[in-house]
Amino acid sequence: MFALLVYLFLIIPLIIITGAAFGTDEYLRFPPQGFSLKWLANIFEVEMFVRTFKISLEIAVLGTVLALLVGIPAAYGLSRYDFVGKNFLQGFFLSPVLVPGIVFGFSLLNFLIIKYEMPVYTSLLIGHTVIIMPYIIRVISSSLENFDYSIEEAAISLGASKVKTFFVIVLPNITSGVIAAFILAFINSFNNVPVSIFLTGPGISTLPIQMMSYVEYYFDPTIAALSVVLMVMTIILMFIIEKTLGLSYFAK
Amino acid sequence: MALLSLKNISVAYGKNVVLKNLNLDVEKGELVSLLGPSGCGKTTTLRLIGGFVEAKNGRFVFNGKDYTKIPVHKRNFGFVFQNYALFPHLTVFDNVAFGLKQRNIPKNEIKKRVMEILETVGLKDYADRSPRELSGGQKQRVALARALVIQPDLLLLDEPLSNLDAKLRVKMRLEIRKIQQEYNITAIYVTHDQEECFSISDRVAVMNNGVIEQLDTPQKIYNLPRTEFVANFVGFENFIELELEAKERGGGGFYKLKNGQRFKVTHFNGREYERYVKGAIRPEEIDILNEGGGKETNTLKGIIGISTFLGKHYQYVVETEVGRLLVNGSAHKRYEKGERVTLYFPEDKIVLV
Repeated sequence: MFALLVYLFLIIPLIIITGAAFGTDEYLRFPPQGFSLKWLANIFEVEMFVRTFKISLEIAVLGTVLALLVGIPAAYGLSRYDFVGKNFLQGFFLSPVLVPGIVFGFSLLNFLIIKYEMPVYTSLLIGHTVIIMPYIIRVISSSLENFDYSIEEAAISLGASKVKTFFVIVLPNITSGVIAAFILAFINSFNNVPVSIFLTGPGISTLPIQMMSYVEYYFDPTIAALSVVLMVMTIILMFIIEKTLGLSYFAK
Repeated sequence: MALLSLKNISVAYGKNVVLKNLNLDVEKGELVSLLGPSGCGKTTTLRLIGGFVEAKNGRFVFNGKDYTKIPVHKRNFGFVFQNYALFPHLTVFDNVAFGLKQRNIPKNEIKKRVMEILETVGLKDYADRSPRELSGGQKQRVALARALVIQPDLLLLDEPLSNLDAKLRVKMRLEIRKIQQEYNITAIYVTHDQEECFSISDRVAVMNNGVIEQLDTPQKIYNLPRTEFVANFVGFENFIELELEAKERGGGGFYKLKNGQRFKVTHFNGREYERYVKGAIRPEEIDILNEGGGKETNTLKGIIGISTFLGKHYQYVVETEVGRLLVNGSAHKRYEKGERVTLYFPEDKIVLV
């Protein structure tokens, strides 16, 4: 019974948003009056939505890939070896989630854009890569925790070099972790506001930032329609994962 | 010349010294076991030979070449792990073929050799299975096949049977021994199980605190341990302090106990020039006589203490003038607590350490 209430609490706003998105009114209203797809169509009318959506997608994909390239070896090193300063390094890698996003975003603005005069796009990419790194390292580390390193030793004893062993033995056994890390990081990057807000500039913005600024001026259901689109996208993504890997990968 | 020799090897993790000036020679075709309690350095020794542990000092010579600095993947040693360490994402066939693939052997040759070795270990029909679908014994067979198929110069086994149940262990150790002899492979076998070790090995190295206490055939280790630690490890529970009094012409000698009693000992066990020694004897070798029974020498008076029923016999703690002794007595007759008895120590059952 309680579980049902919690479930309702979570699902009702989504239902309201969905309903409002297809209404005919000029403002958000539930239950909706009539049915129209004009707000849905309006998303594509607002050119900035289309552009920022592309940028968000690019940043999320590129940032996640970069963070994986750094994060996987880092997680491996942290879990495989004991060395002086390991705890410090672990804390250091996780610090971006501990520091408030606003503070982090502001310091990146000061540092990258003002001091080093980097292009906005590059700074945005760097900011996102850093902010999602902890998720990557956390998820990969936990899947490496279950990894039996004698398997790695077995491969090396059979004549594979260390690097080769990493690619043909270690990596295939943590694929689920890598995919989970990718998705978690992707979603975090795509949704990020506090860091993005400082690192956007003329012509370059991300979708969440654009949505915020849109809501400041307009209160029509376009935003609701856009939310529905994002929701559907997430569902499709989850559906594909479920079909190819099974969601149980995330439960592990 | 020995195929493998460890020369004055020392290994330390930080300040914790694990191996101290260890020396070991192994001949070609031999199976040598490293036996000892946990923490004695046996696994470290094996991992050092395998190349997973670096020596702080000393050299490891294999087949006349210095292997001390040769990386693991260039050694061509087969390694069998306690937890099997099969590659979970590969089939049995691919697991076994892994080492051959690293050696760039043609595909049909790989196929032939893998199937051959799978037949040897009795898993020919399991080639396409995933390791998840195998029982513990089958997994260990795959691990063994995987290590053997590369035709290793040396086979290293790290407690390969300790995750299996007792019956399977006995079966598997016979198989391992058979295959090792068939292929004439030199092998180093780490175990803490005495019976397993004695049944499978040509020679046994008993280790303690990072040194090899004794390297001998299983029979010698069991019957004539050279040190107190080894004696204790193989079941000599009683140690009596002795002082040499006189040597006999035909071998053996007379020793005096702390309480003045005399013991005759048949074999010196290499200790004929030492004045103070200890006589070790197993609980089952001591005879219990009724008080005042017979002989003068090789006896001690005692009082029965705690007794435990062990199935085949009773085991008594007997208080004597030279200390507490463990003695096994017949299961047919139980001595009561406080009963006075005479213990008889057969002269050829006392091992000097």
